[in-house]
Amino acid sequence: MKFLDEYRDGDLAQKLAAEIHRVTTKPWTIMEVCGGQTHAIVKFGIDELLPKQITLIHGPGCPVCVTPLEVIDQALEIAARSEVIFTSFGDMLRVPGSTTDLLSVKAKGGDVRIVYSPLDAVKLASENPAREVVFFGVGFETTAPATAMAVFQAAQKGLTNFSLLISHVLVPPAIEALMSSPNCRVQAFLAAGHVCAVMGYEEYFPLVEKYRVPIIVTGFEPLDILHGILLTVQQLESGRAEVENQYARAVCRAGNQPAQALVKQVFQVVPRKWRGIGEIPQSGLGLSAAYAAFDAAKKFGLTEHRVEEPAECLAGLILQGLKKPHECPAFGTRCTPEHPFGATMVSSEGACAAYYRYRR
Amino acid sequence: MNFDSTCPIPIAQYPHVLMAHGGGGKLMHQLLAEVFGKAFSNPILDTRHDSAQFTLPPGQVAMTTDSYVVRPIFFPGGDIGSMAVHGTVNDLAMSGARPLYLTSAFIIEEGLPMETLWRVVCSMRDAANQCGVQIVTGDTKVVDKGKGDGLFINTAGIGVIEHALNIAPQNVQPGDAVIVSGDLGRHGMAIMAVREGLQFESTIESDSAPVHEVVLDLLKAGIEIHCLRDLTRGGLASALNEIAEAAGVKIAVEHKSIPVREDVHAACEMLGLDPLHVANEGRFVAFVAAPDTASAMQILRRHEVAAGAALIGQVTEKSAPLVTIKSTIGASRILDMPSGEQLPRIC
Repeated sequence: MKFLDEYRDGDLAQKLAAEIHRVTTKPWTIMEVCGGQTHAIVKFGIDELLPKQITLIHGPGCPVCVTPLEVIDQALEIAARSEVIFTSFGDMLRVPGSTTDLLSVKAKGGDVRIVYSPLDAVKLASENPAREVVFFGVGFETTAPATAMAVFQAAQKGLTNFSLLISHVLVPPAIEALMSSPNCRVQAFLAAGHVCAVMGYEEYFPLVEKYRVPIIVTGFEPLDILHGILLTVQQLESGRAEVENQYARAVCRAGNQPAQALVKQVFQVVPRKWRGIGEIPQSGLGLSAAYAAFDAAKKFGLTEHRVEEPAECLAGLILQGLKKPHECPAFGTRCTPEHPFGATMVSSEGACAAYYRYRR
Repeated sequence: MNFDSTCPIPIAQYPHVLMAHGGGGKLMHQLLAEVFGKAFSNPILDTRHDSAQFTLPPGQVAMTTDSYVVRPIFFPGGDIGSMAVHGTVNDLAMSGARPLYLTSAFIIEEGLPMETLWRVVCSMRDAANQCGVQIVTGDTKVVDKGKGDGLFINTAGIGVIEHALNIAPQNVQPGDAVIVSGDLGRHGMAIMAVREGLQFESTIESDSAPVHEVVLDLLKAGIEIHCLRDLTRGGLASALNEIAEAAGVKIAVEHKSIPVREDVHAACEMLGLDPLHVANEGRFVAFVAAPDTASAMQILRRHEVAAGAALIGQVTEKSAPLVTIKSTIGASRILDMPSGEQLPRIC
């Protein structure tokens, strides 16, 4: 397929891998932030081509994984209401809350529908004026503009039956939280190309400066990831710490400014709890005051109950790169994609699910 | 073949199926006679007995059943009627049987347009004629509005086994060639595109088709077939894992040898689906003794339905069940069964 097969070429991959072998002289620990990259690394076996000295740690960049139990429980509560059409991206449906999941709510008669774009939810709201349409807005900066656009359009159309259960999260505060942890082993980051396509990469300069850690904006195809790793190792080996853009075919320094402006207009930065990690200050997006009427949690009078994760689950340590999935005693036995204990097994982009699918 | 595409009188007096059409009275009698009786007419069905009576040729018999609940009823490349014939014919073909007779049971939701029912029945008749099978008995039920999804069909089929091979997963052996009969993922993506209103540059058409002719040809040529499996729900990944499990073998396939059409590949990439997990309705995987590989490929490619056949790997050893796939960049990984329903990814 055009623009895809070129980036999956076996010969070029081998050449890049050989170059990585050539420049690597010391052990290095690199975190790929995004779940899409984790998925590609394990699916294509990219880590098998790397020198033994290089350790890849799979970061917290899977939006499905890090959506907190409390918010999933709220989603379940809203979706079960008879007047509600609950809309969501597909892979949120299987994620268990503390008692059940959206697929089970659907099986019991809840009107739960998969949409491919938040704008489809707005369309549903105008087509069904007698029903309440709620969209489950999750994801990083990548999906935030589309959610913002949905709220913006709903406001323009004067729709009062559309609302948003929001749990959007931001990448830079998560990197900050990881780097400031005393246990942190990460020496460099592959930043998520799609996030940077929206946000650009200027917000990474202060992080690079503060923590002396290379951050390489990287794409999602095997050659992108291998190239990103090569640039990272070159920096590490020469003692440099810079922001570098591997994914120049999609990302420019300033990013997509109209998208950023829309996000800024509709949302405000808020503290957010990350499943498996805990609360990170200024790491999420909530509705701004002007759009507060679209807040589903307020509309349906929901309160947040604190919920404890299963004690056996190591998702927190895995998301911080302190453990690998197969080091968990429950991995692949008591915890599987069909019966996930926690964050990293629930989505196909979670580190545990990726290992389970391709590596067991 | 669709020479009578409009509904026969007096059924046309009722534009929609009513509860009374399943009530055992005059309307039901009309429906059976005018719709099913007319379309499927053959000497066995025409006796209008409670059960069909026929004599089978000597030898082993294969029997199967399948229910069809596809939504939408009509999709690019087929409909629930043709699929209900192809699917059951293909299940029989997977044991190397020659399909002979089908049953058909309809569960109709009250309010279904009569025209829709007629179109489906005509499509079923055409598919049966094309496959050389007769629909010899059937049943019709009508359920209340809201208690069905328009139309469900169940078909059962009987075929005769005229070969002496043991075509079964347990007969798969190390060294066997693993062959798929054509490009993968078209049926599943055709349905998903229509269901979700996705627009692509081209229309993806379902691969729904009967494959028994090509299987019978392989058998006629004396190809040593060890196992056949149609690649329906769960796609190639599920079929290979099921067979590895049943045979206690390791199967190794190569990603770059597996045929997937460009538009299907693109749609899968967009939705975050794996074409190897997506359903097909006219594709199968064959495990063939290694020396017969070349002749098997030749025969497959002679048939339109298997023109895109490809050798994708082999059975490597007797071992704990495992399916591995070599990626395009040369690394090897596990190819697992999909977990539950295929859900599109978030980004």
